[in-house]
Amino acid sequence: MKATVLVRPKDGILDPQGEAVQGSLRKLGFAVSQVRVGRVIDLELEAEGPNHARMQLERMCSELLANPLIESVQFRIEDA
Amino acid sequence: MARPVVAVVVFPGSNDDRDAAWALGALGAEPVLLWHDEHELPPGTGAIVLPGGFSYGDYLRCGAMAKLAPAMSAVRQFASLGGPVLGICNGFQILCEAKLLPGALRPNRQLEFVCRDVAVRVERADTPFTSRCEVGQELVIPIKHGEGAWYVDEGRFMQLGARGQIVLRYAGGDDVNGSLGAVAGVVNETGNVLGLMPHPEHAVDPLLGSADGGLLLAAVVDAAAEHAFALSRR
Repeated sequence: MKATVLVRPKDGILDPQGEAVQGSLRKLGFAVSQVRVGRVIDLELEAEGPNHARMQLERMCSELLANPLIESVQFRIEDA
Repeated sequence: MARPVVAVVVFPGSNDDRDAAWALGALGAEPVLLWHDEHELPPGTGAIVLPGGFSYGDYLRCGAMAKLAPAMSAVRQFASLGGPVLGICNGFQILCEAKLLPGALRPNRQLEFVCRDVAVRVERADTPFTSRCEVGQELVIPIKHGEGAWYVDEGRFMQLGARGQIVLRYAGGDDVNGSLGAVAGVVNETGNVLGLMPHPEHAVDPLLGSADGGLLLAAVVDAAAEHAFALSRR
């Protein structure tokens, strides 16, 4: 089973990387008012179904993939 | 009296482990390098230092991988028994990721790697790490990091302040990296685990600009001797 985990800096958390990217995009002439830079993790896992995959992903996020103090996560599971 | 054993944990990518061991040795300890894959601490360990560097290449988040190393289980157990644990720079990041210390270390506000001497103010002198300092004393110690902006949410920040867990702050209004409350070092609730961004092991000789870091490390050596003695009598 394939899954994608999106990790973002939480709302209200300073994201200096996003600010720097925004500044550069503005230099290129784009009217960009905000940029936040996160992380994409694509993975393939063994699971007995979407629910089992979801449970595993939740644990992966809380134990390693994200730091809940500063990051929020979303994940997507592809059935095929 | 025998020199107290201080274990310095070495992760792949640690690079201040030998400096820390050298400094601890110069201050009277018997430093023992402990590879991250080890499950047990050296016999008679009285204190542990998690050194600076870039463990696991800082992949994912600084310290995120290192917290899962077998040696960290031993560190966790040692800390739960009151053993003194000092995390320097990447060691601080690892302790936060391992939830042995509150907060997280974010990329520096200015997005630059900062490498210079800073003055840090001692807020508490009744910890095993600051027992050779006085409250209000300013220590000159170098920093060198890209991700040292310590952060916690506001409620927790107030709570930590009230409990006296903020032990070191950047002095004189120096906004070094965007760290919340100018925090340079925090302790856990029981006061036996300290993490700090400055590198005391690089400030143990006046020839190198400052010996102030030696005050913190010598206190760790004192604490190691006491802890090892207490363990030997159990």
